[in-house]
Amino acid sequence: MTQLDKTRWDVIVVGGGNAGLCAAIEAAETGARVLILESAPKPYRGGNSRHTRNFRCMHRGPLSVLTGSYEEDEYFDDLIRVTKGKTDEHLARMTIRTSEECLPWMEAHGVAFQKSLSGTLSLSRTNAFFLGGGKALVNAYYNTAQDLGVTVAYEAEVKHVVVEEGRFQGLDVLIGGSETRIEGRALVLASGGFQADLDWLADAWGPAARNFLIRGTPYNRGVVLRDMLDQGADSVGDPTQCHAVAIDGRAAKFDGGIVTRLDCVPFSVVVNKDGERFYDEGEDVWPKRYAIWGRLVAAQPDQVAYSIIDSKSINNFMPSVFPPETADTLDGLAQKLGLPGTKLRETVTAFNEACQNGTFMPTELDGLSTNGLTPEKTNWARPIDTPPYYGYSLRPGVTFTYLGLKVDDTARVSGPTGRFANIWAAGEIMAGSILGEGYLAGFGMTIGTVFGRIAGQEAAKHVA
Amino acid sequence: MSLDTTPALTPVDEARRQVEICNACRYCEGYCAVFPSAFSQRAFSDGDITQLANLCHNCRGCYYACQYTEPHEFALNLPAALAEVRVESWERYAWPKGFARLFQESGVALAGALVVGIALLFFALTALTPEAGEGFYAYLSHGAMVAIFTPAFLLPLVAVGIGLHRYWRDVDGRPITFAHLKSAFQDAARLKNLSGGAANGCNFEDGDRYSQARRHAHHAVMYGFLLCFASTSSGTVLHYGFGMEAPYSLFSLPKLLGVPGGILLTIGATYLVWLKTKADPDLGAASVWGGEMAFVLLLGATGATGLALYAATGTSWVAPLLAIHLGTVLAFFVTTPYSKMVHGFYRLAALIRDAQRPSGAV
Ligand SMILES: Cc1cc2nc3c(=O)[nH]c(=O)nc-3n(C[C@H](O)[C@H](O)[C@H](O)COP(=O)(O)OP(=O)(O)OC[C@H]3O[C@@H](n4cnc5c(N)ncnc54)[C@H](O)[C@@H]3O)c2cc1C
Ligand code: SF4
Ligand code: SF4
Repeated sequence: MTQLDKTRWDVIVVGGGNAGLCAAIEAAETGARVLILESAPKPYRGGNSRHTRNFRCMHRGPLSVLTGSYEEDEYFDDLIRVTKGKTDEHLARMTIRTSEECLPWMEAHGVAFQKSLSGTLSLSRTNAFFLGGGKALVNAYYNTAQDLGVTVAYEAEVKHVVVEEGRFQGLDVLIGGSETRIEGRALVLASGGFQADLDWLADAWGPAARNFLIRGTPYNRGVVLRDMLDQGADSVGDPTQCHAVAIDGRAAKFDGGIVTRLDCVPFSVVVNKDGERFYDEGEDVWPKRYAIWGRLVAAQPDQVAYSIIDSKSINNFMPSVFPPETADTLDGLAQKLGLPGTKLRETVTAFNEACQNGTFMPTELDGLSTNGLTPEKTNWARPIDTPPYYGYSLRPGVTFTYLGLKVDDTARVSGPTGRFANIWAAGEIMAGSILGEGYLAGFGMTIGTVFGRIAGQEAAKHVA
Repeated sequence: MSLDTTPALTPVDEARRQVEICNACRYCEGYCAVFPSAFSQRAFSDGDITQLANLCHNCRGCYYACQYTEPHEFALNLPAALAEVRVESWERYAWPKGFARLFQESGVALAGALVVGIALLFFALTALTPEAGEGFYAYLSHGAMVAIFTPAFLLPLVAVGIGLHRYWRDVDGRPITFAHLKSAFQDAARLKNLSGGAANGCNFEDGDRYSQARRHAHHAVMYGFLLCFASTSSGTVLHYGFGMEAPYSLFSLPKLLGVPGGILLTIGATYLVWLKTKADPDLGAASVWGGEMAFVLLLGATGATGLALYAATGTSWVAPLLAIHLGTVLAFFVTTPYSKMVHGFYRLAALIRDAQRPSGAV
């Protein structure tokens, strides 16, 4: 460890997640001397990337595990739809086009793929799933990097980027409790978003943000992002924009990951802590709605909501990691969930009375809607009347933030006097350059892979 | 699922806790048959967990891939949890019961069985020296061999059969058809799951790096063993069916099967032992590490001593080597229902049971 400051590294990569690893591998393949600084201890290396399951990949015909084709225009249209046009078309199209060559590159560097997981068949054409998920991908990349001679320092938190006259000189790094200056010739920033810094989130969102759960790593606190912004780096994205979904309210504050997701909402009535409904639970299929529910729940008192179902629906969604609260009466359930019993009964009774006859079809929009209820439930509206009753609490779970560093199509970061001479960025830290708002499943890893590789190549070119 | 990970959980409860987390995650679906089988259900009876445990071959892919391993509070270690259930299930199903714990856990006990086996054979050789006979039968009459090995072979099979019957009842097994058998034997013959599903092998001797080493070693042991077994069987057929008695020449069926079999078995077992010393014991059933190691050595020894015996043909070493070889084989047979050897039977049963799962029910 002590030797790190004795070397003048060719390329230093800050953050050992997907984007950082792609950059390090590309740079090391040119023969550059590469150092990865990762703030987490080894078991938690890989940041949010280790929670992922797939990446979205353009392909003009069947490719590896991907079926059919998914061409540039369709991909771009999907992106426009979710971002409501808030994207940089040039960067977005470049990312989409490059994603196609990423899949074979990933395979060549150790990543194994599997067929679309059960319950996710709708993604089998657009998203390639990592065998074992993101942690297996991260492990594969660390092995590849090690074979290429990349040095990795864990528990090494970068505090400050030393920039002189638009040129990166070195880093102040906290390693083993003491601060060290490490020098390098080119810098790739891949340290993720700032969602784990609750103070920063609260600045942007207001105090409600302190009740948010963070779905991924506690190590993405935006220290380097803030340091760069303080030094005048160009930023992109709105600090109040983040990807937030409704997850199981009992999840841990950090790192709950994929298993805390709850898919019961469309088959339930959702009430706030006062026992009142506040939004159409059946507006669309859950994969298209779970992201807006993060914000909906965030807007409720104490940022919490409760999804109530009865025994008819318990098998209609993927199993939850924590068992639901159960009771034979609504009052009993209200008591277990800490809800006002009378109010909950009133809400459910009003809902039940508004339900109409029709055929319930759990996997498609069945049009089974309420009549004369506010707010309406427009699909899957069946009376909640068959005990036992089940209840889950919901809270907003933040996936990642969008405020980031602005980059160009060579992943270069710019500042007050134009482009920095030797600083590149990749992954979540610059994702706002493409994602103005909204999110497309699997696009985070695509951005990280595409820009990570470019950043690594460009940084290596710079020092060659 | 509960977050309560106190050690008070029984192996089955601990495995159930973990499998329920997996069922909400599903990232490991492509590794092996355990996951698709688990994901076809929502609730897991003790029998379901036992079935899943016997489908697992401890490739460890799902451990290294898991984002919920310690220090995460979910403390996932599915390979170890399932290994504990497996070991415990073999113990529970074994007949008679106590032996299984003894031989699974204790390498010393297995070594003891070996010593007793060899001593018995030395005794038989001295006490029952025949007056006439050719080859090995000059040392121990054919009748004496049959008298020793027939029960030593059949009784353990009966014991294994009783265990399998108990297993089948617990895992809710249905009547077996040819199609089930075909599918199970195909998987077993290719060691399909050991290939790592979509992965390139296991994560065994080299941390999270994939390798085919364990599969190759296991292949060598399994086919080596089957060849040796076929060799003995062919000898029996020649003896009784055709009146052709041992010793057989190098170009006879028993030798053509037995010599390569012995070589494969010896090399494979040595390789497996070496791999096992490199692998992390915490990802298996730690309590039976010694017993398993001793078992692989014993299995390798049946091959090695057989080869040594063949090499010694015509020398004064034949008598002691014969005692050692037959003693080793005897110890191996007698302990089969209680040693790691039994995994082969349960694994096959688990594959047959898995073939009965409605296809597409994922
Ligand atoms: C539960 C969950 C599921 C997801 N699923 C998917 C999916 O299936 N597909 C998809 O495309 N996207 C998914 N995402 C989003 C995806 O995780 C991110 O877009 C992607 O991982 C970003 O990669 P990255 O390399 O930029 O950041 P990360 O992988 O988070 O890596 C950043 C690294 O930087 C380190 N770091 C932070 N600060 C410092 C510092 N000051 N000094 C040193 N190191 C530091 C961190 O420890 C971390 O290891 C998911 C996110 C979550 C939370
Ligand atoms: S072992 Fe871990 S990563 Fe794999 S399915 Fe289970 S919980 Fe998910
Ligand atoms: S250790 Fe291997 S065989 Fe066992 S459950 Fe995990 S992936 Fe499947």
